[in-house]
Amino acid sequence: MTCGCGSGQTLIGGHALKQRRHAAGKVQYRVQDGLARFPHPSPLPEGEGVHVHEHSHDSIDFGTGPAGAHAPGMSQARMVKIERDILSKNDSYALENRTYLSEHGIFALNLVSSPGSGKTTLLVKSINALNGSLPLVVIEGDQQTDNDAARIRATGAPALQINTGKGCHLDAYMVGQAMQQLKLQDNSLLLIENVGNLVCPASFDLGEAHKVAILSVTEGEDKPLKYPDMFRASDLMLLNKCDLLPYLTFDANLAIENARRVNPNIQVIRISATSGEGMEEWLEWIKAGCRKAARTRNEPNP
Amino acid sequence: MHEMSLAEGIVQLVEDAARADGCSKVKVIWLEIGQLAAVEIEALRFCFDAVTRDGIAAGARLEIIATPGQGWCMKCEGNVPVTALYEPCPVCGSYQIQVTGGSEMRVKEFEVE
Repeated sequence: MTCGCGSGQTLIGGHALKQRRHAAGKVQYRVQDGLARFPHPSPLPEGEGVHVHEHSHDSIDFGTGPAGAHAPGMSQARMVKIERDILSKNDSYALENRTYLSEHGIFALNLVSSPGSGKTTLLVKSINALNGSLPLVVIEGDQQTDNDAARIRATGAPALQINTGKGCHLDAYMVGQAMQQLKLQDNSLLLIENVGNLVCPASFDLGEAHKVAILSVTEGEDKPLKYPDMFRASDLMLLNKCDLLPYLTFDANLAIENARRVNPNIQVIRISATSGEGMEEWLEWIKAGCRKAARTRNEPNP
Repeated sequence: MHEMSLAEGIVQLVEDAARADGCSKVKVIWLEIGQLAAVEIEALRFCFDAVTRDGIAAGARLEIIATPGQGWCMKCEGNVPVTALYEPCPVCGSYQIQVTGGSEMRVKEFEVE
Protein backbone atom coordinates (compact mmCIF):
# COMPACT_ATOMS: atom_id res chain seq x y z
CA MET A 1 0.00 0.00 0.00
CA THR A 2 1.44 3.33 -0.93
CA CYS A 3 0.45 6.61 0.53
CA GLY A 4 -0.22 8.17 -2.84
CA CYS A 5 1.88 11.25 -2.28
CA GLY A 6 2.09 13.37 -5.33
CA SER A 7 1.84 16.88 -6.56
CA GLY A 8 -1.16 18.39 -8.25
CA GLN A 9 -3.56 19.33 -5.46
CA THR A 10 -1.37 21.44 -3.24
CA LEU A 11 -2.91 24.63 -1.90
CA ILE A 12 -1.14 27.35 0.05
CA GLY A 13 -3.54 29.61 1.87
CA GLY A 14 -6.24 28.21 -0.42
CA HIS A 15 -4.43 29.07 -3.67
CA ALA A 16 -3.07 26.46 -6.04
CA LEU A 17 0.66 25.88 -5.99
CA LYS A 18 2.37 26.50 -9.31
CA GLN A 19 3.74 23.36 -10.87
CA ARG A 20 7.43 23.27 -11.35
CA ARG A 21 9.71 21.57 -13.79
CA HIS A 22 13.34 22.58 -14.00
CA ALA A 23 16.25 21.34 -16.02
CA ALA A 24 18.44 18.77 -14.36
CA GLY A 25 22.19 19.09 -13.92
CA LYS A 26 25.04 18.13 -16.16
CA VAL A 27 24.59 15.11 -18.36
CA GLN A 28 27.56 12.82 -18.72
CA TYR A 29 28.13 9.97 -21.08
CA ARG A 30 29.78 6.74 -20.37
CA VAL A 31 31.48 4.38 -22.75
CA GLN A 32 30.04 0.94 -22.17
CA ASP A 33 32.41 -1.17 -20.12
CA GLY A 34 31.38 -4.09 -22.25
CA LEU A 35 32.98 -2.63 -25.34
CA ALA A 36 36.47 -2.87 -23.99
CA ARG A 37 35.95 -6.40 -22.82
CA PHE A 38 34.55 -7.65 -26.13
CA PRO A 39 37.12 -7.11 -28.87
CA HIS A 40 36.08 -7.68 -32.43
CA PRO A 41 36.40 -11.35 -33.27
CA SER A 42 39.49 -12.31 -35.21
CA PRO A 43 38.88 -13.36 -38.78
CA LEU A 44 38.50 -17.08 -39.15
CA PRO A 45 40.63 -18.92 -41.67
CA GLU A 46 39.32 -18.48 -45.17
CA GLY A 47 37.46 -21.22 -46.94
CA GLU A 48 35.51 -22.46 -43.94
CA GLY A 49 32.26 -20.98 -45.14
CA VAL A 50 31.83 -18.67 -42.15
CA HIS A 51 30.94 -15.00 -42.29
CA VAL A 52 34.01 -12.93 -41.57
CA HIS A 53 33.46 -9.79 -39.56
CA GLU A 54 35.03 -6.78 -41.21
CA HIS A 55 34.44 -3.09 -41.55
CA SER A 56 33.49 -2.19 -45.09
CA HIS A 57 30.77 -0.19 -46.78
CA ASP A 58 28.47 -3.14 -47.05
CA SER A 59 28.78 -4.48 -43.53
CA ILE A 60 26.83 -3.66 -40.42
CA ASP A 61 28.56 -4.10 -37.11
CA PHE A 62 26.21 -5.50 -34.51
CA GLY A 63 28.96 -5.80 -31.98
CA THR A 64 28.94 -2.29 -30.55
CA GLY A 65 25.90 -2.59 -28.32
CA PRO A 66 25.92 -2.89 -24.56
CA ALA A 67 26.35 -6.62 -24.70
CA GLY A 68 29.17 -6.34 -27.21
CA ALA A 69 27.24 -8.73 -29.39
CA HIS A 70 23.95 -8.87 -31.18
CA ALA A 71 20.94 -10.63 -29.82
CA PRO A 72 17.61 -10.68 -31.63
CA GLY A 73 15.42 -7.77 -30.54
CA MET A 74 18.24 -5.96 -28.79
CA SER A 75 18.98 -2.54 -30.19
CA GLN A 76 22.13 -0.51 -29.96
CA ALA A 77 21.31 1.53 -26.92
CA ARG A 78 23.40 4.18 -25.26
CA MET A 79 23.88 4.93 -21.60
CA VAL A 80 23.36 8.33 -20.04
CA LYS A 81 25.01 8.67 -16.67
CA ILE A 82 23.44 11.20 -14.31
CA GLU A 83 24.31 10.12 -10.73
CA ARG A 84 21.80 12.30 -8.99
CA ASP A 85 19.99 11.85 -5.72
CA ILE A 86 16.31 11.20 -6.23
CA LEU A 87 15.57 13.93 -3.70
CA SER A 88 18.11 16.36 -5.16
CA LYS A 89 15.45 18.83 -6.29
CA ASN A 90 13.89 18.96 -2.87
CA ASP A 91 17.34 19.31 -1.33
CA SER A 92 18.18 22.28 -3.54
CA TYR A 93 14.96 24.07 -2.52
CA ALA A 94 15.76 23.20 1.10
CA LEU A 95 19.19 24.77 0.72
CA GLU A 96 17.58 27.96 -0.62
CA ASN A 97 15.27 28.05 2.39
CA ARG A 98 18.11 27.36 4.83
CA THR A 99 20.26 30.07 3.28
CA TYR A 100 17.44 32.61 3.56
CA LEU A 101 16.73 31.62 7.15
CA SER A 102 20.36 31.85 8.21
CA GLU A 103 20.80 35.22 6.49
CA HIS A 104 17.87 36.56 8.48
CA GLY A 105 18.68 34.90 11.79
CA ILE A 106 15.44 32.90 11.75
CA PHE A 107 15.23 29.72 13.84
CA ALA A 108 13.04 27.18 12.02
CA LEU A 109 11.63 23.97 13.48
CA ASN A 110 9.93 21.16 11.59
CA LEU A 111 7.45 19.48 13.94
CA VAL A 112 6.68 15.90 13.00
CA SER A 113 4.48 13.23 14.56
CA SER A 114 1.63 10.87 13.89
CA PRO A 115 -1.85 12.40 13.69
CA GLY A 116 -3.37 13.09 17.10
CA SER A 117 -0.14 13.43 19.10
CA GLY A 118 -1.15 16.92 20.16
CA LYS A 119 1.11 19.02 17.93
CA THR A 120 -1.33 21.86 17.35
CA THR A 121 -2.42 22.06 21.00
CA LEU A 122 1.23 22.11 22.04
CA LEU A 123 1.92 24.89 19.55
CA VAL A 124 -1.04 26.94 20.74
CA LYS A 125 0.06 26.57 24.39
CA SER A 126 3.67 27.37 23.49
CA ILE A 127 2.68 30.52 21.60
CA ASN A 128 0.48 31.64 24.49
CA ALA A 129 3.29 31.00 26.98
CA LEU A 130 5.78 32.95 24.87
CA ASN A 131 3.26 35.75 25.12
CA GLY A 132 4.70 37.88 22.34
CA SER A 133 8.25 37.77 23.73
CA LEU A 134 9.45 36.36 20.44
CA PRO A 135 8.27 37.26 16.93
CA LEU A 136 7.02 34.05 15.32
CA VAL A 137 5.02 32.69 12.42
CA VAL A 138 3.56 29.24 11.84
CA ILE A 139 3.23 27.18 8.68
CA GLU A 140 0.60 24.47 9.02
CA GLY A 141 0.60 21.40 6.81
CA ASP A 142 -2.46 19.20 6.41
CA GLN A 143 -4.00 17.32 3.54
CA GLN A 144 -7.23 19.29 3.82
CA THR A 145 -8.90 22.09 5.84
CA ASP A 146 -7.70 25.37 7.29
CA ASN A 147 -8.62 24.30 10.84
CA ASP A 148 -5.13 24.20 12.32
CA ALA A 149 -4.06 27.57 10.91
CA ALA A 150 -7.29 29.05 12.29
CA ARG A 151 -6.45 27.64 15.75
CA ILE A 152 -3.01 29.25 15.57
CA ARG A 153 -4.39 32.58 14.31
CA ALA A 154 -6.74 32.64 17.30
CA THR A 155 -3.62 33.12 19.47
CA GLY A 156 -2.77 36.24 17.48
CA ALA A 157 0.22 34.68 15.70
CA PRO A 158 0.30 34.79 11.88
CA ALA A 159 -0.24 31.36 10.32
CA LEU A 160 -0.45 30.06 6.80
CA GLN A 161 -2.05 26.76 5.90
CA ILE A 162 -0.59 24.50 3.25
CA ASN A 163 -3.01 21.84 2.01
CA THR A 164 -1.07 19.04 0.41
CA GLY A 165 -4.12 17.47 -1.23
CA LYS A 166 -3.03 13.94 -2.02
CA GLY A 167 0.42 14.49 -0.54
CA CYS A 168 1.42 13.09 2.83
CA HIS A 169 4.28 15.47 3.62
CA LEU A 170 5.46 19.03 3.13
CA ASP A 171 8.32 19.55 0.73
CA ALA A 172 10.90 22.33 0.60
CA TYR A 173 9.29 23.99 -2.42
CA MET A 174 5.92 24.35 -0.66
CA VAL A 175 7.61 25.78 2.43
CA GLY A 176 9.68 28.19 0.29
CA GLN A 177 6.49 29.47 -1.35
CA ALA A 178 4.79 29.83 2.03
CA MET A 179 7.84 31.68 3.42
CA GLN A 180 7.53 34.21 0.62
CA GLN A 181 3.89 34.82 1.45
CA LEU A 182 4.48 35.23 5.16
CA LYS A 183 6.24 38.32 6.34
CA LEU A 184 9.16 36.78 8.18
CA GLN A 185 10.89 39.10 10.60
CA ASP A 186 14.62 39.03 11.14
CA ASN A 187 15.73 37.12 14.26
CA SER A 188 12.36 35.40 14.62
CA LEU A 189 10.97 31.90 15.06
CA LEU A 190 9.39 29.83 12.27
CA LEU A 191 7.37 26.82 13.38
CA ILE A 192 6.42 24.36 10.66
CA GLU A 193 3.82 21.79 11.64
CA ASN A 194 4.20 18.97 9.16
CA VAL A 195 1.43 16.66 8.01
CA GLY A 196 0.65 14.10 10.72
CA ASN A 197 2.67 11.15 9.45
CA LEU A 198 5.62 9.35 11.00
CA VAL A 199 6.95 8.03 7.71
CA CYS A 200 7.23 10.34 4.72
CA PRO A 201 8.25 13.69 6.27
CA ALA A 202 11.46 12.06 7.56
CA SER A 203 13.05 12.18 4.11
CA PHE A 204 12.09 15.69 3.09
CA ASP A 205 14.43 18.40 4.30
CA LEU A 206 12.58 21.71 4.46
CA GLY A 207 15.58 23.84 5.36
CA GLU A 208 14.80 23.74 9.09
CA ALA A 209 17.35 23.87 11.90
CA HIS A 210 15.87 20.79 13.61
CA LYS A 211 13.16 18.24 13.22
CA VAL A 212 11.26 17.84 16.47
CA ALA A 213 9.39 14.55 16.87
CA ILE A 214 6.35 14.54 19.13
CA LEU A 215 5.36 11.22 20.64
CA SER A 216 2.37 11.11 22.94
CA VAL A 217 2.07 8.63 25.77
CA THR A 218 -1.25 7.40 24.42
CA GLU A 219 0.70 5.80 21.57
CA GLY A 220 3.02 2.79 21.94
CA GLU A 221 6.49 2.77 23.52
CA ASP A 222 7.75 0.99 20.42
CA LYS A 223 6.84 3.76 17.97
CA PRO A 224 10.52 4.79 17.63
CA LEU A 225 11.34 1.21 16.62
CA LYS A 226 8.39 0.94 14.26
CA TYR A 227 9.19 4.26 12.58
CA PRO A 228 12.94 4.54 13.07
CA ASP A 229 13.61 6.95 10.20
CA MET A 230 11.65 9.75 11.80
CA PHE A 231 13.25 9.42 15.21
CA ARG A 232 16.65 9.13 13.58
CA ALA A 233 16.07 12.35 11.62
CA SER A 234 14.92 14.30 14.68
CA ASP A 235 17.17 16.11 17.15
CA LEU A 236 14.57 16.47 19.88
CA MET A 237 11.71 14.26 21.02
CA LEU A 238 8.86 15.75 23.00
CA LEU A 239 7.13 13.05 25.01
CA ASN A 240 3.71 14.66 25.12
CA LYS A 241 0.56 14.20 27.23
CA CYS A 242 2.67 13.18 30.23
CA ASP A 243 -0.18 14.25 32.53
CA LEU A 244 -1.97 11.06 31.44
CA LEU A 245 0.82 8.71 32.58
CA PRO A 246 -0.88 7.75 35.89
CA TYR A 247 -3.84 6.36 33.93
CA LEU A 248 -1.86 4.38 31.38
CA THR A 249 0.47 1.40 31.26
CA PHE A 250 2.83 3.38 29.03
CA ASP A 251 6.47 2.99 30.12
CA ALA A 252 8.06 6.39 29.49
CA ASN A 253 11.59 5.16 30.17
CA LEU A 254 11.19 2.35 27.68
CA ALA A 255 9.93 4.80 25.03
CA ILE A 256 12.97 7.02 25.60
CA GLU A 257 15.29 4.03 25.54
CA ASN A 258 13.75 2.93 22.23
CA ALA A 259 14.22 6.41 20.75
CA ARG A 260 17.88 6.34 21.80
CA ARG A 261 18.32 2.92 20.21
CA VAL A 262 17.59 4.43 16.81
CA ASN A 263 19.19 7.79 17.59
CA PRO A 264 21.73 7.81 20.43
CA ASN A 265 21.97 11.62 20.26
CA ILE A 266 18.27 12.49 20.48
CA GLN A 267 17.35 14.93 23.25
CA VAL A 268 14.14 14.24 25.15
CA ILE A 269 11.76 16.53 27.03
CA ARG A 270 8.78 15.10 28.94
CA ILE A 271 5.98 17.54 28.43
CA SER A 272 2.27 18.12 28.86
CA ALA A 273 0.44 20.89 27.09
CA THR A 274 -2.40 20.39 29.58
CA SER A 275 -0.55 20.46 32.93
CA GLY A 276 2.33 22.62 31.72
CA GLU A 277 4.94 20.05 32.77
CA GLY A 278 8.14 20.47 30.76
CA MET A 279 6.88 23.61 29.01
CA GLU A 280 9.56 25.78 30.56
CA GLU A 281 12.33 23.48 29.39
CA TRP A 282 10.86 23.33 25.88
CA LEU A 283 10.48 27.12 25.62
CA GLU A 284 14.01 27.60 26.94
CA TRP A 285 15.24 25.17 24.25
CA ILE A 286 13.45 27.28 21.60
CA LYS A 287 14.82 30.56 22.98
CA ALA A 288 18.36 29.18 23.06
CA GLY A 289 17.95 28.16 19.41
CA CYS A 290 16.69 31.62 18.49
CA ARG A 291 19.58 33.30 20.28
CA LYS A 292 22.03 31.06 18.44
CA ALA A 293 20.36 31.74 15.06
CA ALA A 294 20.56 35.48 15.67
CA ARG A 295 24.15 35.27 16.90
CA THR A 296 25.39 33.17 13.98
CA ARG A 297 23.37 35.13 11.45
CA ASN A 298 24.98 34.96 8.06
CA GLU A 299 24.49 38.32 6.41
CA PRO A 300 24.52 38.04 2.61
CA ASN A 301 27.49 39.50 0.84
CA PRO A 302 26.58 42.85 -0.75
CA MET B 1 6.94 5.81 2.40
CA HIS B 2 6.30 8.45 -0.26
CA GLU B 3 7.08 6.23 -3.25
CA MET B 4 4.88 8.28 -5.56
CA SER B 5 6.97 11.40 -4.88
CA LEU B 6 10.15 9.41 -5.38
CA ALA B 7 8.86 8.02 -8.67
CA GLU B 8 8.00 11.53 -9.81
CA GLY B 9 11.48 12.68 -8.79
CA ILE B 10 13.09 9.88 -10.78
CA VAL B 11 11.02 10.58 -13.87
CA GLN B 12 11.72 14.30 -13.66
CA LEU B 13 15.50 13.77 -13.42
CA VAL B 14 15.48 11.25 -16.26
CA GLU B 15 13.13 13.18 -18.55
CA ASP B 16 15.10 16.40 -18.17
CA ALA B 17 18.40 14.67 -18.89
CA ALA B 18 16.94 12.66 -21.78
CA ARG B 19 15.41 15.74 -23.35
CA ALA B 20 18.67 17.68 -23.03
CA ASP B 21 20.29 14.75 -24.77
CA GLY B 22 17.73 14.72 -27.59
CA CYS B 23 16.74 11.10 -27.23
CA SER B 24 13.19 9.91 -27.64
CA LYS B 25 12.94 6.79 -25.55
CA VAL B 26 14.27 5.67 -22.21
CA LYS B 27 14.51 1.92 -21.92
CA VAL B 28 16.14 1.05 -18.61
CA ILE B 29 16.86 3.13 -15.52
CA TRP B 30 19.42 2.07 -12.93
CA LEU B 31 18.75 3.17 -9.38
CA GLU B 32 20.91 2.80 -6.34
CA ILE B 33 18.72 2.24 -3.30
CA GLY B 34 20.28 1.67 0.10
CA GLN B 35 19.03 -1.04 2.41
CA LEU B 36 18.28 1.61 5.06
CA ALA B 37 16.58 4.08 2.70
CA ALA B 38 13.10 2.85 3.72
CA VAL B 39 11.96 2.52 0.14
CA GLU B 40 9.43 -0.17 -0.64
CA ILE B 41 10.74 -1.37 -3.99
CA GLU B 42 7.52 -2.99 -5.15
CA ALA B 43 5.55 0.16 -4.31
CA LEU B 44 8.15 2.21 -6.16
CA ARG B 45 7.76 0.03 -9.27
CA PHE B 46 4.00 0.37 -9.13
CA CYS B 47 4.19 4.17 -8.83
CA PHE B 48 6.89 4.36 -11.46
CA ASP B 49 4.66 2.59 -13.99
CA ALA B 50 1.85 4.99 -13.17
CA VAL B 51 3.87 8.20 -13.52
CA THR B 52 5.78 7.18 -16.66
CA ARG B 53 2.68 6.42 -18.68
CA ASP B 54 2.64 8.34 -21.99
CA GLY B 55 6.01 9.94 -21.25
CA ILE B 56 9.48 9.44 -22.65
CA ALA B 57 10.11 6.69 -20.09
CA ALA B 58 6.85 4.82 -20.67
CA GLY B 59 7.43 1.10 -20.32
CA ALA B 60 11.00 1.59 -19.08
CA ARG B 61 12.43 -1.08 -16.84
CA LEU B 62 13.72 -0.24 -13.37
CA GLU B 63 16.93 -1.93 -12.31
CA ILE B 64 17.69 -1.64 -8.62
CA ILE B 65 21.21 -1.80 -7.25
CA ALA B 66 20.82 -2.43 -3.53
CA THR B 67 23.60 -1.08 -1.35
CA PRO B 68 24.11 -2.67 2.06
CA GLY B 69 23.61 -0.81 5.33
CA GLN B 70 26.85 0.10 7.08
CA GLY B 71 27.73 1.85 10.25
CA TRP B 72 30.55 2.90 12.53
CA CYS B 73 30.26 1.40 15.98
CA MET B 74 31.62 3.91 18.48
CA LYS B 75 32.28 1.20 21.05
CA CYS B 76 34.06 -1.24 18.73
CA GLU B 77 35.60 1.66 16.80
CA GLY B 78 35.05 -0.23 13.58
CA ASN B 79 32.76 -0.65 10.59
CA VAL B 80 29.85 -3.00 11.10
CA PRO B 81 26.97 -4.13 8.90
CA VAL B 82 23.62 -2.53 9.79
CA THR B 83 20.48 -4.35 8.69
CA ALA B 84 17.95 -2.06 10.40
CA LEU B 85 18.17 1.26 12.23
CA TYR B 86 16.99 -0.23 15.53
CA GLU B 87 19.41 -3.18 15.52
CA PRO B 88 22.37 -3.22 17.90
CA CYS B 89 25.99 -3.68 16.80
CA PRO B 90 26.35 -7.33 15.77
CA VAL B 91 29.75 -7.49 17.49
CA CYS B 92 29.31 -5.78 20.87
CA GLY B 93 25.56 -5.19 21.15
CA SER B 94 25.87 -1.42 21.53
CA TYR B 95 23.32 0.95 19.96
CA GLN B 96 25.90 3.70 19.55
CA ILE B 97 26.14 3.28 15.79
CA GLN B 98 26.61 6.03 13.27
CA VAL B 99 25.14 4.98 9.93
CA THR B 100 27.72 5.51 7.19
CA GLY B 101 26.13 3.77 4.21
CA GLY B 102 22.92 2.29 2.93
CA SER B 103 20.63 5.31 2.98
CA GLU B 104 21.29 6.41 -0.60
CA MET B 105 18.53 6.94 -3.16
CA ARG B 106 20.15 7.80 -6.47
CA VAL B 107 19.48 7.65 -10.18
CA LYS B 108 22.78 6.32 -11.49
CA GLU B 109 22.23 6.13 -15.21
CA PHE B 110 19.74 5.17 -17.86
CA GLU B 111 19.75 3.55 -21.24
CA VAL B 112 18.30 5.41 -24.20
CA GLU B 113 17.51 4.51 -27.75
